[in-house]
Amino acid sequence: MAEPKTAKPIKKRKVKLDENLLAYRGVWVFIESERGHVHPVSWELMGQGRQLADQLGVELCGVVMGAPGPTLEAQCVSAFHYGADRCYRVASPVLADYRNVPFTRALTDLVNAYKPEILMLGATTLGRDLAGSVATTLKTGLTADCTELAIDPEDRCLLSTRPTFGGSLLCTIATLNYRPQMATVRHRVMQMPVPQPERSGLVVDFEPALVETDIITKILEFIPDEMRDKPQLPYAEIIVSGGKGLGKGENFRLVWDLASVLGAEVGASRAAIHAGWIDADRQVGQTGKTVRPALYIAAGISGAIQHRVGMEGADCIIALNNDPNAPIFDFAHYAIVGDCTQILPALTRTFGAYLGKTQKEAA
Amino acid sequence: MSEKFDVIVVGAGPSGNAAAYTLAKAGLKVLQLERGEYPGSKNVQGAILYADALERIIPDFRDSAPLERHVIEQRMWVMDERSFVGGHYRSEDFNKEPYNRYTIIRARFDKWFSDQVQKVGALVICEMTVKALLRNEQGRVIGVEVEREDGKIYADAVILADGVNSLVATQGGLRQDIQASNVALAVKEMIFLPRETVEARFNLSGQAGVVIELMGSISEGMVGTGFLYTNKDSLAIGIGCMLSDMKAQRTTPTELLERMKAHPAIAPLIAGGETREYAAHLIPEGGYKALPQLYGDGWLMVGDSAGFVNAVHREGSNLAMTTGRLAAETLIELFQNGNEPSAANLARYKAKLDDSFVMKDLKKYRNITDTLDKQRQFIGDYPNLLNQAAHTFLTVDGQDKQSKEKEIMAAFRERRSLFGLLGDAYRLWRATR
Amino acid sequence: MHIVVCIKQVPDSTHIRVHPVTNTIMRQGVPAIINPYDLFAIEEALRLKDRLGCTVTVITMGPPQAEPALRKALSLGCDDAVLVTDKIFSGADTLATSYVLASAIRMLHKETPVDIVFTGKQTIDGDTAQVGPGIAKRLDMELLTYVSRISQVDLATRRIIVERRAEGGVQVLETRLPALITMLEGSNELRFASTPNMFRAARATVRLWDRTSAGIEDLKLVGLKGSPTVVSRVFGPTPRAEKAKQIPFDPAAPDAAAAALLEQILAESPRVQEELAHRRQPGVRD
Repeated sequence: MAEPKTAKPIKKRKVKLDENLLAYRGVWVFIESERGHVHPVSWELMGQGRQLADQLGVELCGVVMGAPGPTLEAQCVSAFHYGADRCYRVASPVLADYRNVPFTRALTDLVNAYKPEILMLGATTLGRDLAGSVATTLKTGLTADCTELAIDPEDRCLLSTRPTFGGSLLCTIATLNYRPQMATVRHRVMQMPVPQPERSGLVVDFEPALVETDIITKILEFIPDEMRDKPQLPYAEIIVSGGKGLGKGENFRLVWDLASVLGAEVGASRAAIHAGWIDADRQVGQTGKTVRPALYIAAGISGAIQHRVGMEGADCIIALNNDPNAPIFDFAHYAIVGDCTQILPALTRTFGAYLGKTQKEAA
Repeated sequence: MSEKFDVIVVGAGPSGNAAAYTLAKAGLKVLQLERGEYPGSKNVQGAILYADALERIIPDFRDSAPLERHVIEQRMWVMDERSFVGGHYRSEDFNKEPYNRYTIIRARFDKWFSDQVQKVGALVICEMTVKALLRNEQGRVIGVEVEREDGKIYADAVILADGVNSLVATQGGLRQDIQASNVALAVKEMIFLPRETVEARFNLSGQAGVVIELMGSISEGMVGTGFLYTNKDSLAIGIGCMLSDMKAQRTTPTELLERMKAHPAIAPLIAGGETREYAAHLIPEGGYKALPQLYGDGWLMVGDSAGFVNAVHREGSNLAMTTGRLAAETLIELFQNGNEPSAANLARYKAKLDDSFVMKDLKKYRNITDTLDKQRQFIGDYPNLLNQAAHTFLTVDGQDKQSKEKEIMAAFRERRSLFGLLGDAYRLWRATR
Repeated sequence: MHIVVCIKQVPDSTHIRVHPVTNTIMRQGVPAIINPYDLFAIEEALRLKDRLGCTVTVITMGPPQAEPALRKALSLGCDDAVLVTDKIFSGADTLATSYVLASAIRMLHKETPVDIVFTGKQTIDGDTAQVGPGIAKRLDMELLTYVSRISQVDLATRRIIVERRAEGGVQVLETRLPALITMLEGSNELRFASTPNMFRAARATVRLWDRTSAGIEDLKLVGLKGSPTVVSRVFGPTPRAEKAKQIPFDPAAPDAAAAALLEQILAESPRVQEELAHRRQPGVRD
């Protein structure tokens, strides 16, 4: 009988901060906006930031950057509603639209001036572009795509958890003798906090030393995406997802059938996308979309971590799989072991009857 | 490609490596093309390494080759549903160097073999799939064409070592398509156990190993055999049956293997192990009767491409290496004498094969697959009868031994009739003569 | 014109599994591949080579086993390959990695001035997308991430125009070389290596650079020592305390299981009941 081996815990290195780093206090959230709209991930981070700041007993600060004007002011007000104590306002015409160099310069100057111990950004295209440059400029540690953030009670350090090994395991990462500790988090991983309109805070203006003629990169134009019928997966309340366990591409039709009866969005595992059974923008998972529906039905999906982190926030998870040992059964709420090609139509009929819909009507 | 080689070897399995090594060692300009990502990526085997065959190519292979265990015990089990009758041979002579057979792990071994091939100067390129042979106006093979832009590569001779599925040989008209009655479909698993457990269960110490060949009820009426080999800290277990039988019976090889693993004599041997690898492959079983044309103007065929497998003794890799070496030696002699590789000259290859154990063994067993296929009693009735006989004989229950013998004989006669029994003996003798 | 492409050899993550009982990683025989996102970077560099005629050097920081990845890049058409390998580089996080690669690229720049550096969007084993931006910052290059198309490159004026994916649309950006570009996946289709290139790659010598050849100035900034972040724990996820409720399924009567499931979730999950209630057609009786 093989001896069961538990994963060896790596000895955590004792973090002893240099004198100058002890001065770094405060939790900051970079509030991302493009063309006036704040990306919701910033508010999700604010909610998480509030918890971290409370644990540390420090201030939670938002950072808004853009062209001077009422939009920036309104963003500060929203930041307070979502939990910030203080909001740094960095206004300059050079920051009107996102470009790497001016934003990096402004944010790093701000950090050097006010020294936060934690700086969080959303893991969006803008956030990742900015975070990598800022971390390298500040010569500090950055952990990307975190699924969980916590404070180590022993040394006040930020512990960032994220998937690793292609999404088959999780790891917890700490930043050692460097500050600020930086982390990026994807949209919908953290819960959206409830705004409290009675909250207010302190606005601190920061004048960035930016001159347009110094900035080499210019924006020639912006081409908006067509308002196509884009799937609204991140906000769907009911999702039916299919994976490689369906066997053949043609069987994905059964997922669509159930989804249409339930009025649900359709999602997919990475494997199904790679097999070419469905569009990449329907991928749920670490490198796809994160979802938080009331009901998530996973058909033929094994439940590897890289998929799990994208949907484990669902209220009710129903797993359908032929393999009784599939990892998805470790965290689903309901399990049906059997052939998905038989179970899915049964669900379609049963739910359809309950909802008073047949497939034809639901289309 | 304007560059020309002396010989192109298609395939980097044991037969291709044997050929490429021998040729390059003799100073010829060799190009070896493998369609997989790395040498051996397309190969599956139990696996047993026959030292004699490799020694004749790389005499000091033991110094560096990755070897698992040297075989000191061979077990042959005839299985019934809940029992088996077996014979074991274990010898301390097998435990004395130089060892005669080893268990190996193909992925590691093939990489080592390919490294040796490259060390002696052959150019080995992977992810190159040969799609056709190039011929001149007279029909002589003058090179190959690969599935990439600018894919024509020229050589004086081509050795086809591209395995049981050889598309080049089939498409080039050198060989028929695989017949389901001429191949077995085999599946195997690697089950990992701590070294001490392997040694305790199989009564081993040091690097000694055990080979178990299985037949009988595990193949569920189909012509086939199973195996279980001990590696250092893993067991290789598998089963293969005639493809025609599998198709007729609509069994999947996976199901077959799962049931074999659950057999009460086998389950305890693999209990607690962790399956980490699973593979399937076709094995040529047609033997002597299914051999295609083995050479022609500018080309030679070796290994599984030509079906060089001894189905009775489950020997394949030694025939592969031997035929690869013999083909190489044929070409070396030809080139050294300034002769061209015409069909007439390459007939020398067939002569060498006839002289060697390869053809002699294949000829000896040329009828066995047919016999087993047509005479299902060998697979179906006899294992059961043998097991029953053993059970009767070994149960001490107050019945006198004479009656027991009569009971056993009656069982045999009832199942096969006296006439049938005699006929079976005769057939078996004929088939292995 | 000289282009450098940074790649990484990674384990093929589709093959990695976790043992359900011991929580250990089963990495037996996991093949190593070029990080799939890097392939788009290699292809884009080669397309520029086709268009403008330039040399492409492919570089990676890794163990000696990373050599086949570089050979694969050579077989696709890259001209030169450098493996930056040294025991002291191991354990590097992204900050330490960008330091080493930036140093190496500086050395390459001394041989032949570098105009563009390409990297993939992110790696499938790290997913951070930080090394590209890190290198750009260290080499003081303009950073263009998530590029889907290189519209124009004018070597005379050193201008480059690209299309970059942003939230809700595409930014058309113009900047000056040298620039570091990270390519968006799906922005091009990888070519199939030609036979002459396969031969060239099989025979090529991959340059091996240790800390000296790579021009590393401060050893405290490489490898584990130079990494601000450290992994303190690797673990499998904890299974939920409450096991999933098994709904028995009989293929002969599939609807029974469906009905049982529906009954349970309606009874036990108020939010689901609410969502389904919204979707019910009026007048449907229970």
